[in-house]
Amino acid sequence: MAVDLLAIAAFNAAYAHAIDSEALEQWPGFFTARCHYRITHVENEREGLPAGIVYADSRAMLEDRIAALREANIYERHRYRHLLGLPLVDSASADGAVARTPFMVARIMHTGQAELFATGAYRDRFVVEQGRLLLAERVAVCDSTVTDTLMALPL
Amino acid sequence: MQEHTIAWKGPGLTRIPFALYSDAATARAEQQRIFRGPTWNYLCLEAELPEGGSFRTTFVGETPVVVVKDDDGEVYAFENRCAHRGALIALERSGKAESFQCVYHAWSYNRQGDLTGVAFEKGVKGQGGMPPQFCKEEHGPRKLRIAVFCGLVFGSFDDEVPPIDEYLGPQICERIERVLHKPVEVIGRFTQALPNNWKLYVENVKDSYHASLLHLFFTTFEINRLSQKGGVIVDESGGHHVSFSMIDPAAADASYKEQGLRSDTENYRLKDPSLLAGFAEYDDGITLQILSVFPGFILQQIQNCLAVRQVLPKGLDRSELNWTYLGYADDTPEQRTVRLKQANLVGPAGFISMEDGAVGGFVQRGIAGARELDAVVEMGGDGAASGEGRATEASVRGFWKAYRARMEA
Repeated sequence: MAVDLLAIAAFNAAYAHAIDSEALEQWPGFFTARCHYRITHVENEREGLPAGIVYADSRAMLEDRIAALREANIYERHRYRHLLGLPLVDSASADGAVARTPFMVARIMHTGQAELFATGAYRDRFVVEQGRLLLAERVAVCDSTVTDTLMALPL
Repeated sequence: MQEHTIAWKGPGLTRIPFALYSDAATARAEQQRIFRGPTWNYLCLEAELPEGGSFRTTFVGETPVVVVKDDDGEVYAFENRCAHRGALIALERSGKAESFQCVYHAWSYNRQGDLTGVAFEKGVKGQGGMPPQFCKEEHGPRKLRIAVFCGLVFGSFDDEVPPIDEYLGPQICERIERVLHKPVEVIGRFTQALPNNWKLYVENVKDSYHASLLHLFFTTFEINRLSQKGGVIVDESGGHHVSFSMIDPAAADASYKEQGLRSDTENYRLKDPSLLAGFAEYDDGITLQILSVFPGFILQQIQNCLAVRQVLPKGLDRSELNWTYLGYADDTPEQRTVRLKQANLVGPAGFISMEDGAVGGFVQRGIAGARELDAVVEMGGDGAASGEGRATEASVRGFWKAYRARMEA
């Protein structure tokens, strides 16, 4: 397949739709079996500090996180609305791509309140596996260093 | 105390007036009597000030503070407030500086917080300038006393505060030394905005009773159960505490099953158990140690996930929780990876502490309109003494013991 701007944008649209439509079980399927997913912020990135608010190095860990949200964790019902900008493609080939995509995520609480929850950019490495575009790495770098009390759903 | 309007029902520690979590006069008095009073407030890690000129900005309560290392190797701290008009002196969160200069009118300060320069002090072309009797030594931001204990930098605005080891007491000192026995490195920093009064978070940290009831992750994976071997230490002042436990598969028992608790489920298991795969770090077998120092410092060991937390009030019903995740400087790459994975347990998305961030908000919202009512803090009796059981609110009562003493309430 040709990995290009349109393919990455379409991938991102499907990714955001899976989370925002609460089809969370689909979310790990956007990643390779061995992958890296992390949520951090600009200051940690600038200083090269490796820890994340969420840190996973396998698709199974992402599946565990969704299972925890479904079965283990207590949190008030809410959903997200992702608005993703156009990917800035740093490099692309038939095998994969490196790209950055800005995001804004609003959180809609069950109380009816909607507010801007996070802004930032995905720093992505895509690979093609069996004709499918997948994320080998997605680091969600938030602009704000302050995170609201609860970050249950993935960015 | 004049402005104190909250009615405590008796001298005990088991009835906490809900009004304390939303009262403006109380919040003002806390700034004066607790944060600016005879307490040691955590500022930063010495590891975050590696060389002369390294500085960080932080807060003591609501007061902005600059912490800086000078070339003499000593740490200094002073209010981040220009002596002239009160503007912030240092705007960045951290950095390296020869000296500090307020951007407003270019008054300058050395690394020890002394006012060293006033722009156009003698005026311009014989006009203006400061009066001849103006003495720079008499004007400067207030300085803090500094104490460094095991690489933790504490500051105090009060000259009467006891030395740090006396303030902490021998048991707390020993439990800090246990974790901070060798050099640490910061591996990440996160700030969590909490929708509640700062005291509700501090109480949650000290509340060993809730942990395995609220957090399924703790209970199901047997990271922390009330039936495990462990205990709660409360210091003599009441303000500091340690809660600790050790995972011991041989000691599994049926007490949770008998209670029929939501937090204990057999069907829930991890697909990637490497999240919880740790290594034995300390030879005492303790796998969980949460330690707090009055008013708002926490040192955490949850298996191999090490962190310090700083609780800061940000208004009556808002607070911020600053997380600094740590590793040891001599960690192997494998050990570092374990710490990064186990950090999934804590913070705003933490499998465990996601709920801790939220429950304070549930209380804050729940107590609206209930100023005249009280919380019931009676689990495990009415005292604030150390004990082996953790189905107790002894350390929560300890917090209120220290709080009432400081507030003279």
